[in-house]
Amino acid sequence: MDIHEYQAKEVLSNFGVAVPSGALAYSPEQAAYRARELGGDRWIVKAQVHAGGRGKAGGVKLCNTENEIHEACDEMFGRRLVTHQTGPEGKGIYRVYVESAVPIDREIYLGFVLDRSSQRVMIVASSEGGMEIEDISAERPDSIVRSIVEPAVGLQEFQAREIAFQLGFEAKLVQQMVRTLQGCYAAFSNLDATMVEINPLVITGDDRVLALDAKMSFDDNALFRHPQISELRDKSQEDPRESRAADRGLSYVGLDGNIGCIVNGAGLAMATMDTIKLAGGEPANFLDIGGGASPERVAKAFRLVLSDKNVQAVLVNIFAGINRCDWVAEGVVQALRELELEIPVIVRLAGTNVAEGQKILAKSGLPIIRATTLMEAAERAVGAWQNDLTQNTKMRAV
Amino acid sequence: MSILLDRDSRVIVQGITGRMARFHTKDMLDYGTNVVGGVVPGKGGETVEGVPVFDTVKQAVEATGADASLVFVPPPFAADSIMEAADAGIRYCVCITDGIPAQDMIRVKRYMYRYPKDKRMVLTGPNCAGTISPGKALLGIMPGHIYLPGNVGIIGRSGTLGYEAAAQLKEHGIGVSTSVGIGGDPINGSSFRDILERFEQDKDTEVIAMIGEIGGPQEAEAAEYIRDNITKPVVAYVAGLTAPKGRTMGHAGAIISAFGESASEKVEILSAAGVTVAENPAVIGKTIARVIGKAA
Repeated sequence: MDIHEYQAKEVLSNFGVAVPSGALAYSPEQAAYRARELGGDRWIVKAQVHAGGRGKAGGVKLCNTENEIHEACDEMFGRRLVTHQTGPEGKGIYRVYVESAVPIDREIYLGFVLDRSSQRVMIVASSEGGMEIEDISAERPDSIVRSIVEPAVGLQEFQAREIAFQLGFEAKLVQQMVRTLQGCYAAFSNLDATMVEINPLVITGDDRVLALDAKMSFDDNALFRHPQISELRDKSQEDPRESRAADRGLSYVGLDGNIGCIVNGAGLAMATMDTIKLAGGEPANFLDIGGGASPERVAKAFRLVLSDKNVQAVLVNIFAGINRCDWVAEGVVQALRELELEIPVIVRLAGTNVAEGQKILAKSGLPIIRATTLMEAAERAVGAWQNDLTQNTKMRAV
Repeated sequence: MSILLDRDSRVIVQGITGRMARFHTKDMLDYGTNVVGGVVPGKGGETVEGVPVFDTVKQAVEATGADASLVFVPPPFAADSIMEAADAGIRYCVCITDGIPAQDMIRVKRYMYRYPKDKRMVLTGPNCAGTISPGKALLGIMPGHIYLPGNVGIIGRSGTLGYEAAAQLKEHGIGVSTSVGIGGDPINGSSFRDILERFEQDKDTEVIAMIGEIGGPQEAEAAEYIRDNITKPVVAYVAGLTAPKGRTMGHAGAIISAFGESASEKVEILSAAGVTVAENPAVIGKTIARVIGKAA
């Protein structure tokens, strides 16, 4: 789960990380009021969306007057911000964060990630802050400092000092950097984060080390023990279909194609998408309904897949292991009777009791296109979709 | 021979009184697995499917001589159960549980390092379907009947895609020495590399099949290991060619977040290491059959 910048800053500052003073606003008027409260004569207005690359996309504006704050906010509120991380549909702006501008001397990149090679938390830092880490690794790989944290004892001071000196911190600022690093690590490990990114971490003209931006992601599997973090979830930043799926215990990712997929198991679901592509089609979604594949889950899955209006055919691929195919087949038949579909449905069953399952599908009288192998299923799905498309075009022409 | 699990393995099931655990305990017993007990704190003295339940893994090991364990414990308590097994002298542990916090797994891995390598428990999973040595023993939740005994060693991150591969092999009349699920989580007990090492040493394994997916460095690390250390032919398939970057595809670990983590990059890296890559999931069985034909 991702949280907003202003939330991440609040979380991190509770762990001793210094951040500029700022306040949240839900309207242009409130933003101007917040700026007055903060004082000073230069502010940054920042769109609060769950995505990086806001600056380039017009989601971060430096303002010198209240009027400019109003103007900046008018351009942001209600708009969808499209950055290189959001996809073309962008993310809605419903909150802005107003922050006092600070004089910047140096910009540092600082990230904490779960390193899957060492299977530990790794700190990644670079003296080239302000750039995306991907660009830093491509253009200035030599500027990157990495350090792995021993989980039994946590981040030690000497490690933090080493990082600070490697980044070229002046001696008088090292202690501030140590406090920042240890604060981030404590937040990361105490709250089950999967990522903390401060880009940039700045050294100000008056010798302060401040987190100018902050991003945090949390381990969904650990939210049960952090209710205060779960509360920070902002559904307006999620794909509505994906959050609805997650609430129903299904794992769904929407894609651009038009062949809907209902599969049990994540690996098989990806393999099914790949096969559709190979057969000349485009998958409309990833959907793992879990090992169980009970009739209720199959019905829920159909409703979810069909809520995507681009879907023009549905491919069901179930490998029944412990379940039996006859049971899954009954679920499919039951779901199709309830939903009265008008688009082609292709069903491939494999595993235990496959013959009985096929019989149930055949006897149902429903126009289900059956397939025995994965390849056949994908080919029939693509074929049925193209056929359907031609027929529809003809009908429209008539 | 087979790896990790055979007829003599003495198995306990941690969390045996749960509905799923009971079901699969029966299934494993029916398959011929030597299930000798179960562990649920506070339920010692009960029996499930005819096997005795103990309060602690230590008690179970003392009473039954158990050396393998299957963890069916809910996510918040699963890491603790794995460490309990490691401490009680269990040699091989499979964790089925899906949804264990990543930092709990970091703690588990760190904890296991306190034992010298020859005394360290081998863990596969979590979030896997288990391990089977066909015709000998089943430690997991997969349908035993889709695996024929034979000479292909399988390592996979995914459950049902692994079934798909096994079923395709069965259609070609090809059997399996051992199939090991390493699971779909970002921090897992054993990597492809760890299991490849075991298959290389196993006399009964002639060909190794690797079923990978997007996300993480383990396929690329395996490729390097294969290039330098594996003499047996390796066939691989990597799922997720159509998966978008930065999105979690069901498995917590199936997310492309760095260079080399996409399916096409992994295919390239594996091919360069001399691995025969099945181009699509429908031809995994056929590709292995072709390689066996060549190897024979």
